[in-house]
Amino acid sequence: MAELLKSFVPVWLAYSTAAAVNAALLVVLALMVAAVCNWLERKVAGRIQDRLGPTRVGGRFGWLQSVADGLKLLAKEDLIPQGADRLLFRAAPYVSFCAACSLYLALPLADGWVALQLNSAVFFILAVAGLEVLGVILAGYASGSKWSLFGAMREAAQVVSNEIPLALCALIPVMIAGSMDLVEIGNRQEGWLTNWLVFHDPFTFLTFFVYLTCAVASVNRAPFDLAEAESELVAGFMTEYSGFRWGVFFMAEYASMFVISGLAAILFLGGWNGPVPIAQWLGLTRDVGPLAAWLGNFLGMCNMLLKCSLGVLVMMWLRWTLPRLRIDQVMTVCLRYCIPLAAVALLGAMWWTYMWPGGW
Amino acid sequence: MALQRSGPETVEFDVHTDELLVNMGPQHPSTHGVLRVVVRADGEVVSEVTPQIGYLHRCAEKIGENVTPRQWIPYTDRMDYLAGMNMNLGWALTVEKLLRMELPERARHLRVLIAELGRIASHLVAAGTYGLDLGSFTPFMYCFRERERILDLFELVCGARLTYSYITIGGVTADLPPGWLEECEAFLDQFNPVIDELHAMLTSNAIFIRRTAKIGVLAPEVAIDYGCTGPVLRGSGVSWDLRRDGEPCYTKMYEGYRFEVIAQVDGRYPQDQKYPPVPAAAVLGDSWHRFYVRMLEVVQSVGLVRQAIERYRRSPPDCGEPIRITQKLPKGEAYLETEAPKGQMGFMVISDGAAIPWRARARSSSFCNLSVISELCRGCLIADVPSVLGSLDIVLGEIDR
Amino acid sequence: MDVSAILQRLTERFGPRITGSNLEAIDPWIEVAPEGLPEVCRHLRDEPELRFNLLNCITGVDYLQVDPKRKLEFEPHVEVIYHLWSLVHKHRLVLKVRLPRWKDGIEGRLPEVPSVTGIWSTANWHEREVYDLSGIWFAGHPDLRRILCPEDWVGHPLRKDYQMPVEYHGIRGR
Repeated sequence: MAELLKSFVPVWLAYSTAAAVNAALLVVLALMVAAVCNWLERKVAGRIQDRLGPTRVGGRFGWLQSVADGLKLLAKEDLIPQGADRLLFRAAPYVSFCAACSLYLALPLADGWVALQLNSAVFFILAVAGLEVLGVILAGYASGSKWSLFGAMREAAQVVSNEIPLALCALIPVMIAGSMDLVEIGNRQEGWLTNWLVFHDPFTFLTFFVYLTCAVASVNRAPFDLAEAESELVAGFMTEYSGFRWGVFFMAEYASMFVISGLAAILFLGGWNGPVPIAQWLGLTRDVGPLAAWLGNFLGMCNMLLKCSLGVLVMMWLRWTLPRLRIDQVMTVCLRYCIPLAAVALLGAMWWTYMWPGGW
Repeated sequence: MALQRSGPETVEFDVHTDELLVNMGPQHPSTHGVLRVVVRADGEVVSEVTPQIGYLHRCAEKIGENVTPRQWIPYTDRMDYLAGMNMNLGWALTVEKLLRMELPERARHLRVLIAELGRIASHLVAAGTYGLDLGSFTPFMYCFRERERILDLFELVCGARLTYSYITIGGVTADLPPGWLEECEAFLDQFNPVIDELHAMLTSNAIFIRRTAKIGVLAPEVAIDYGCTGPVLRGSGVSWDLRRDGEPCYTKMYEGYRFEVIAQVDGRYPQDQKYPPVPAAAVLGDSWHRFYVRMLEVVQSVGLVRQAIERYRRSPPDCGEPIRITQKLPKGEAYLETEAPKGQMGFMVISDGAAIPWRARARSSSFCNLSVISELCRGCLIADVPSVLGSLDIVLGEIDR
Repeated sequence: MDVSAILQRLTERFGPRITGSNLEAIDPWIEVAPEGLPEVCRHLRDEPELRFNLLNCITGVDYLQVDPKRKLEFEPHVEVIYHLWSLVHKHRLVLKVRLPRWKDGIEGRLPEVPSVTGIWSTANWHEREVYDLSGIWFAGHPDLRRILCPEDWVGHPLRKDYQMPVEYHGIRGR
């Protein structure tokens, strides 16, 4: 796009417009994900609880419920408590949201279809996901309320506990694929179902489940949602947030849920490759031509979106089924169970790749 | 006169610099009503918990000195509003004790039927909200769905879903409508799988056990010392149930009914049904056991309802007459405690010969059950405070009256 | 053990502290002098054959006839009623303590009775409630303050001559 614009406007304007458009597209993607996830959550929650969920706004299935909710949040009164640190209070939701949106920079939806192809994409995503926590802690501290402070303290303890096993688990597919570039990891898994890294060796299979646990912990979803524990801390770090500011936190949570599921999909579940190599059979590969390649990638993107949604659905399912863990129990799970398991799996996967470098 | 605002109320503690004084309530999602719990915590570890009540005080006892006993029945509804029928029953039995009144057989079985349905409804709320306090949102919905069915039954009987005023002095206000017994049996038939579902989601759930086992352990002597009754006492292993051990005025209502008192005696719970096993982590007297006692009591109540339906069908169809509103009470006083779902609910009526009592007193179970929380919550984490509160199953309407 | 046997044991042991009884009432009661209350209660709780370990309820009753049309049948006084239960022997007992409405006859000074919080911990909150609503002072209570009414409430609502305050924090009372 920048190339196209360069002929009309000065270079700097061309590049900045292109960057702005791309950034806007990413943010719109994140917001759309959040809106759809919001609707999905309410429907899934309703069905699990033996009721229907939204059925009125926008037809029989309540399609427009998210839009209505967003409008309502925009129209609410903007309250800042008197004891709050005004600058930090205002900034905190946006820190979380920016971190959550930035994750979409490095998440590929298909082969080559990624905003920024980084050769350390895994590292980037894990690091920026950790940055989201900064927003939570800032919010808890800046609210000037003891309940929020509790939420922030718990969040800090939780993030310290679950980042390590998360990184260890993410390390295993990286080691097997030999690269931190998500596009490469995805491409390595093309072909049949058995090429998926989760089926590569039993240790990676185990790692997938440990990763899932740590991923749910890292996005503050039940059973690890004690930073925002409704029943104890009123709303934890989000107690003093109302209206749109709360909406921003909310969207950040769903956006990061989607990306973490996407990371799980690419690292373990084959990314944009389906269980059977349909694209190859239909002749939609790069060798045939650019249109065919594009169609093949489109199929891959649908696959990828499906897997991300599945991950999000599993997280929602867990939320509405299981009770919440206490902070010391969360730390026990992460530090005493997940880290040893992940370490053993790492050693095991290392040994496996050494013994059978070409796969079994 | 200008509006006078009193200054902020400071609780006089000598607060150390690393301790926080946090306020749970009066508006809080899990304090089961308007209860204020002042928590003194060092980080997450609680050193002291002070409940403060009185936010829902509606002067019911003062009103009892101004209206006749039949007119006071609606006020008893609003005490434990989750089990209004059992409150009505307690007051009615107390006044009947004073009047030395005999009830027709039909009314007796009807009262058992209604009281046990009320017990099921109350325990469903207890179980559902306990799950909600711990973060498990779905059992709440399941429990309330079943409770709605019970409330529909009650609505058919007396027209109200929550504030019944159905059981009155001398019997009940009206007989069951036709077809009600069949609907009740239909409800009971589809209810047992729901209990199993709740067991799977809560009682046997590993996370639930982690959150409730060994939390808030109440020794039996401490329980009796603090006046705790009901599932709180039975969860500590004391086998005491007023339906079996109470005053003759009350136990004769349950004469001939077969039911088990749910308490762990000699290391075992009554094995008349198949129940999920007690996990190894749970200690007698902890929150898990109190919850377990309630779940098992629901099953016993289902059995009692079925027996009551049978006996009601076989009872002679003569109906008595309730007392007239202006009937004068004999001089004297009477105190009676009944086994309400949350514990022992006591009512006292003192009369000087007029139609209006001299004193009407309600002794609520939750009042005593709540007072023990200052003992239970020492040294636990903040996240355990709602866990203990939920297991005590309090309702502020009863505490504050 | 029925109440007449309990009464006999108590009179043998405490003599003048037991000031009355009514065994024909629906709930037979034993009246105890205020000074002797803690001793009697401790005996009732600890004696192996009595073992009244559950204090069910403490009630405060104000006996004052305010209705001029009714004739005066009793002398004005307040009573504190204790309902006791033994979970071990399954027997019940009612204790009553009769107090003047105001201490030494001076209006505003609350009548005193020793607290039994050291004997049954449940008395802690019950006595607070009786103090709050009926205006009876429990000497020796660890923390006697209002429990149901707000901390700055004036007056004891369950007394028969109680009048609602005209105004409380700007809210009109009557």
